[in-house]
Amino acid sequence: MINDWPWLAVAAMGAYHGLNPAMGWLFAVSLGLQERSRRKVISAMAPIAAGHMVSIALVVALVGWGAMEIRPHLLQIIGGSAVALFGALRLFSSRLHYKWVGMRVNWWDLLVWSFLMASAHGAGLMLFPVLINLPVCSTSASLARGSGVGAMAMAQTGLWVVLVHTAAMLAVMGPVAIAVYDWIGLGILRKAWINVDKLWAATLMGSGLLVLVI
Amino acid sequence: MALWKPDPSFYPSARMASQAPPEKLAYVVTFDPQTALGRSRNGKPDSLVVVDVDPSSASCGKIVGRLELGTGNELHHFGWNACSAALCPYAPHPHVERRYFIIPGLRSSRIFIVDTKPDPRKPALVRTIEPEEVAARTGYSRPHTVHCGPDAIYMNALGAPNGEGPGGVFLLDHDSFDVLGRWEVDRGPQYLAYDFWWHLGHDVAITSEWGTPSMVENGVNPDLLLAGRYGHAIHIWDLRKRRHLQTLDLGAEQQMVLELRPSHDPTRLFGFVGVVVSTRDLSASVWTWFRDDKGWQIRKTIEVPAEPADPAQLPPALKPFKAVPPLITDINLSLDDRFLYVSCWGTGEFQQYDVSDPMKPKLTGSVHLGGITRKAQHPRAGELNGGPQMVELSRDGRRVYLTNSLYAAWDEQFFPDGVRGWMTKIDTNPNGGMSLDKNFFVPFEGERPHQVRLEGGDCSSDSFCYP
Repeated sequence: MINDWPWLAVAAMGAYHGLNPAMGWLFAVSLGLQERSRRKVISAMAPIAAGHMVSIALVVALVGWGAMEIRPHLLQIIGGSAVALFGALRLFSSRLHYKWVGMRVNWWDLLVWSFLMASAHGAGLMLFPVLINLPVCSTSASLARGSGVGAMAMAQTGLWVVLVHTAAMLAVMGPVAIAVYDWIGLGILRKAWINVDKLWAATLMGSGLLVLVI
Repeated sequence: MALWKPDPSFYPSARMASQAPPEKLAYVVTFDPQTALGRSRNGKPDSLVVVDVDPSSASCGKIVGRLELGTGNELHHFGWNACSAALCPYAPHPHVERRYFIIPGLRSSRIFIVDTKPDPRKPALVRTIEPEEVAARTGYSRPHTVHCGPDAIYMNALGAPNGEGPGGVFLLDHDSFDVLGRWEVDRGPQYLAYDFWWHLGHDVAITSEWGTPSMVENGVNPDLLLAGRYGHAIHIWDLRKRRHLQTLDLGAEQQMVLELRPSHDPTRLFGFVGVVVSTRDLSASVWTWFRDDKGWQIRKTIEVPAEPADPAQLPPALKPFKAVPPLITDINLSLDDRFLYVSCWGTGEFQQYDVSDPMKPKLTGSVHLGGITRKAQHPRAGELNGGPQMVELSRDGRRVYLTNSLYAAWDEQFFPDGVRGWMTKIDTNPNGGMSLDKNFFVPFEGERPHQVRLEGGDCSSDSFCYP
């Protein structure tokens, strides 16, 4: 059971992204309000989740590929530095902000928006420290080299990571969006939209560095 | 500086913003007409002044702060670095502060960035963007309107550095205030510029038309006016693709189509624009734009007729017409989209309309102040000159602040004695009707006041993404 923590982390991060207004539920609520349609709120969830999923999957696939193709130590150095650098960039530069303009979005727009938002946020990168600690990564990566069986196990685990993360995100985002749309109201934004940007950036940087030193 | 929670002056919707606490301070930009017109080099500097508007304060109605910004700028309109649009879902940055004023000089083309913290009564200059920078990055000159957008600070300008057109919209980065560049990707037939605003819920921007710098800077040109050469159209744009969609022409006799007031409710799609003068009968008008099954349309919904007058009392330009044109130079819409306020600068009348049905405004209130021939009095100052011009309305819709100068080169043509600056306040009834606050009168000596902005936001400062 002690090996379950990476899975819990994968789910917890999904839940956190689901809770973050900037990651999607707020857009879903606004589309519903714009059309006065609760159905619109719900239907916006799918492309938002899909865009987020693609962003995560990209990182997972890259890490999986890395685990098979390069030595674990090198993967740690490359990945750790990437995560730490991205965190530092977000922490110390104020130039990174979203340039998206547009409320009239279709399914595809919303997917692209969500993908960009998740990527700019470093949602997938944050998973790196967790990914390399998944049992399958650390044990079968060495086996995987040149072995179809190992590669299959890796791909399966990767898929599960993406699904667990996205499911956790949806499980939080859905109820939050509906609750805000139906009875809480957007006034909640004024009180509860806590600024965790710098904290998030520092965490990214810290976990990247941690990967480097361990 | 980022905040821990959203700036308390940001509201998701106009409806919520109308519950905001009353403002305690008003900010007003002023300029010295003599230096603006190049007649004097050592006049009074243009300023941002801070007026105490807190009724419980001993200095209510007095200027309690001043930041001098140099001569010859002709400060005109200005706006905040950030507002409620920061809460928009597609590019949220809720933890920036409503803190800096972006103050363009309409004549100098300088843009001043002014910090209203830590002491809101002592605003401080933090950056000056030189006209060369604006010109190099955008090709524009004579910056005019400022709106805090979801993704950047949007500004527009009347024309090009050489005094001709086209005028258009450009962007500033909302963290660094760097000039980012020209906004338009495809401007279509648009050439003239004056105001711009948007319907954020529909990805639509609207721009209006006055004239190029060369058409306005030496005063209103009667030949151009009678030939219908000043602006007489509004332009509809795709805000997202930055492309011109359609021109709504009001007809060449509708001269100078100025202030744009789109519905604050982002789900709705209508707005009002004021027309200064009709060359047919000197009337002024307000038009309502909307979109229905047949597409974009615009219709005249308010017409204010010219008032007959004794030529002896009229300035030279108006003598042949034997009438005072109302000259609708500014309008403002309450946050609940219910009341429209209209300044008739020429006749010195300030009007309130119930626009619950935007196609059928109903006149619900009228106050007279100044005017070309009427010179209506204020109890604290006697006879006034100039007339109600810039209108700003409190977020709760209860208080209106007015100033009386239009534009240095034009003031003299309509008020040959010169415009002696003032700021007045009008109290409104939430169910319609309004009355002059007889105790509030701010005189300006040797300088003229223009736009008023209220602490925490007002009815023309913020845009909302939620109904």
